[in-house]
Amino acid sequence: MSPTVVLTVTVAGLVAVGVYLLTSRHLSRVVLGVVVMSNGVNLLLIAAAGPAGPAPIAGPGGAVPEEELASAADPLPQAFVLTAIVITFAVTAFGLALSYRLGRLEDDDVVHDAGPHRRTRGEPAGAAGPGDPDRDERHERAGGAPR
Amino acid sequence: MALLLIAHVAGALLAVPVVRRWGTRGVLLTALLPLAAVVWLARVWAVDGVSAVRTAELAWVPGLDLSVTLRLDALSGLLVLVVAAVGSLVLAYSAGYFADEEEAAARVRTVPALVGFAGAMLGLVLADDLVLLYVCWEVTTVLSWWLVGSGGRSGEARRAAVHALLVTTAGGLALLVGVVLLAVETGTTRISELLADPPEASAAVAVAAVLLLAGAITKSALLPVTAWLPGAMVAPTPVSAYLHAAAMVKAGVYLVARFTPVFEQVPLWRTAAIAVGATTMVVGAWRALRQHDLKLLLAHGTVSELGFMVVLLAAGGRTAALAGAALLLAHAMFKSALFMVAGAIDHSAGTRDVRELSGLSRSARPLLVISVLAAASMAGVPPTLGFIAHEAGFEAFAVHAGAADHVVLAVLVVGSVLTAAYSARFVLGAFGDRDGAEPTPWHRPGAALVLPAAAGALGSLVLGLFPGPVDALVSAVVADRPSEGGEPYHLALWHGLTPALAASAVALGGAALLVAARGPVLRAQERLAVPALRALPAGRVQDGALRGLDAVAARTTRAHQRGSLPQYVLVVAAALVAGPGTGLVLALSAGAWPTGWRAWDAPAQPLLAALCLASAVAAAALRNRRSAFLVVGVSGYALAGLFVVAGAPDLALTQALVETVTLAVALLVLRRLPARFEQAPGRRGRGPSRAVRVLAAAGAGVVAALLSAVALASRTAEPIADLVARLAVEEGDNVVNVILVDVRAWDTYGEITVLTAAATGVASLVFLRDRAGRAPALDESPGEDEARLASSWRGEEDLHPGPDSAPQRPWLTAAGTLPPGRRSAVLEAAVRLVFGVVMVLSVHLLLVGHDQPGGGFAGGLVAGIALFLRYAAGGRYELGEAARVDAGALLGLGLLIAGVTAVVPLFLGGQVLESASVDLHLPVLGTVHLVSSLAFDVGVYLVVVATVLDVLRSLGAGVDVSREREREHEAEEVS
Repeated sequence: MSPTVVLTVTVAGLVAVGVYLLTSRHLSRVVLGVVVMSNGVNLLLIAAAGPAGPAPIAGPGGAVPEEELASAADPLPQAFVLTAIVITFAVTAFGLALSYRLGRLEDDDVVHDAGPHRRTRGEPAGAAGPGDPDRDERHERAGGAPR
Repeated sequence: MALLLIAHVAGALLAVPVVRRWGTRGVLLTALLPLAAVVWLARVWAVDGVSAVRTAELAWVPGLDLSVTLRLDALSGLLVLVVAAVGSLVLAYSAGYFADEEEAAARVRTVPALVGFAGAMLGLVLADDLVLLYVCWEVTTVLSWWLVGSGGRSGEARRAAVHALLVTTAGGLALLVGVVLLAVETGTTRISELLADPPEASAAVAVAAVLLLAGAITKSALLPVTAWLPGAMVAPTPVSAYLHAAAMVKAGVYLVARFTPVFEQVPLWRTAAIAVGATTMVVGAWRALRQHDLKLLLAHGTVSELGFMVVLLAAGGRTAALAGAALLLAHAMFKSALFMVAGAIDHSAGTRDVRELSGLSRSARPLLVISVLAAASMAGVPPTLGFIAHEAGFEAFAVHAGAADHVVLAVLVVGSVLTAAYSARFVLGAFGDRDGAEPTPWHRPGAALVLPAAAGALGSLVLGLFPGPVDALVSAVVADRPSEGGEPYHLALWHGLTPALAASAVALGGAALLVAARGPVLRAQERLAVPALRALPAGRVQDGALRGLDAVAARTTRAHQRGSLPQYVLVVAAALVAGPGTGLVLALSAGAWPTGWRAWDAPAQPLLAALCLASAVAAAALRNRRSAFLVVGVSGYALAGLFVVAGAPDLALTQALVETVTLAVALLVLRRLPARFEQAPGRRGRGPSRAVRVLAAAGAGVVAALLSAVALASRTAEPIADLVARLAVEEGDNVVNVILVDVRAWDTYGEITVLTAAATGVASLVFLRDRAGRAPALDESPGEDEARLASSWRGEEDLHPGPDSAPQRPWLTAAGTLPPGRRSAVLEAAVRLVFGVVMVLSVHLLLVGHDQPGGGFAGGLVAGIALFLRYAAGGRYELGEAARVDAGALLGLGLLIAGVTAVVPLFLGGQVLESASVDLHLPVLGTVHLVSSLAFDVGVYLVVVATVLDVLRSLGAGVDVSREREREHEAEEVS
């Protein structure tokens, strides 16, 4: 089967932009990267599924008569992509919530390097550090004002 | 046979309450279990003779072709005799050793484990299946760890236990690999089959042999891993007497004895085992001669004897094996007796250091007699069993003509000299008088401490005087071994003036000289001892090794876990390019490059693609947050257009709806973030440079493009779509939807679970503590804060009745809950009017989804957008009024409906998620085609609605509340 130039180029571009955004330090740009890259990958699945065709919907209200359904666009990748779109939404919402939480703690949603885990630097475990869950609690109790 | 093993396992469990309840009498009771094994063995031998073969089989894992296969032959019988007889003696001895009430805890800790250990050893020596042998082998390792560590009460015991565990487990792993190799190579795990048909020499068999030998070496503490055995002497003496003299360390010897015939075509086995064994014999005896602690002396002596046995049993010939088997039996008797004596001395004198003991020859006469008898057997003094065994061993190597055999003989004689010398040192050290020293205070040990030791010592003498039964047994053991030549050798006290007798005489004479000159010898030893080796006790080596391992792990982790998110993403991108990228290039070079490229499928395609790409690139370039999200939304809508062109209306619909909801949620969140992406260098490290990022991005893009092209060109099979389509049409007209809710409904079920998890995650991140609940509705009287807020917005003139006093639910809630400046009555009213229509549309999409574009996902998203509109126009109370349900509960309900739909067919005799359809003839509506998968889709719909609702509730309403609180704080600070 033969590929379509336009779709191939679009896939490449979307994935590239997605990866570029994913390597950003701003968490909301990372979320954007997830969205753009997922779009690219979803398009990849559709592009790799074969040539475009009528919608795989049969019957009187559909695009093709029942007996010609095999000539329609491949429905299986479409089903995959449909679930992928909705999952992307869930991931995006979660990423945005993370950005929100980070913004509340840090004024901005910049992800700083955590540095190596303190156990690998030979420091004892258990010292209260930035990862201390209680910190968020205290923060919230204090009226939630950003620092 | 199997019953015997089961009895031991049950006995070990029962022993805990029995010993706790009845104390020392309970301990004596447990001694009956191994005794029963002895009785059983005696009966078998009485009926069928010592060459009797018995087999038993229990199904274990039929699917893996594993079974508990037991086989008793003469060699197993010999080991059963040793394990069970010494086991019952040691358990009886334990009753005396743990007699004091302070020892009650140690008693309960130790005795049941000893019983279990006896069972594991019996299983090990009776196993005909290699896997069973391995399992029993590891059980003995674990029990040894427990017994040596004695409950982990002292650091020394813990360390010794862990050391023994590490070494023997490493050997156990080697054994396992060897067993697997052997099984793969020969196609059987039955030892009896391996013996009947020894494998041809091949590289794999040789490797298996070396691995098995490694297992034996660790278990029997041969060089170079002897150190754990003396270390394990911190254990209570019954444990030392049993595990480290009679039973566990014999497992390695047993393995050598068992597999020497199997590996008869692997010369490496014999050479390596003899070399290791002979060296160990001399080095162990040399070290034993140096010890002051009686138990350590015996432990090093045990190492030495084990080396001797391995030499004899691995040599291959009949006489050598005969000697090895006899020595194994003799050693079990004299060494356990000597350990028990050492324990009794420790118990009664409070010390077992030869430099402190004095005058025991008078105060402890019975122990002296026992020690002399047992030590004589150990030294090879006639007329004991030890002498007979030594004789046979010398004979085996003396009759050979080869030079190598004579070298081995010489080494054995040197080892025997040292052995006899340390035997004398034991007796003289324990019972001799020190110059000018007071006799050590002594209280008489109880009968339970003396009688078991006496049994072993007496046996050494009696079987030496009358070696007939032993000869019969060991002759049966070695019946299959090839003769070294001449008449078959038999155990006897007197064979005439033979070279072996001369060797014995040399050994004893040499020992006498060493004993006579023991002062200078000891000083010479001190000088000769290699300083480097003495500075490195095994415990410290082990600690250092573990610390080093920790450090290496930390360094490795530190090297690649930098805690930098961009770096991790870059690693993933690099892996994508390096892995699949390389594969794609290889495929292309093999001619997978597709042909017949089309520029586009439809004229609209390049336009949409250009829009999609350009807005995505703009998103990467824009530094304004809101704009970036907006252009990504544009890109998403353009993608929806591309889906339409590709013949995927369902995708286009869902994509557009998702893009809308995403945009809405993003705008809600962006309220709380700075307007621009500021250049923010990381606090630690600057992160990847732009050039690296662009490079990684380009690489990933190219790989994705190649993948889509090659995937198309590489297709060989007919698309399954045709088949799916035919199946689907029987259910509904919209094939995509039928796939989602029917053909691949499992997938969809998993997906809505993910949605639920994500919604829960969002709510948790916003609310932190309590995830349950819903957006506030009017009739739930708002908290005081909110009431005050509301009144402050309303100002002095309270024109509207507040929510508290509202007699009826107002049509537009924002009137009472939003500040007037933020209201738009027109928008509120318009949304309120449209809401119902949109909700109807969403249900319509759900219902027609089976035959037309739509379905649970699209319908749910439309309902979500309707809810968003209500919230955007009227604030959080409006949202609460629009959806008076707990989002979490709704998520659960959706999952429940989908789950029940999935399971119900099971009760109707169908499969999970099997669908059924019913045609209902209703009076007005006509015929309705109801498919059970519609119920599944309803579940999907509910989950999607609830997810959007949950996100709005947290990122919308939840964020509002915290914002208002902040404003209030600021206002308070100003005033």
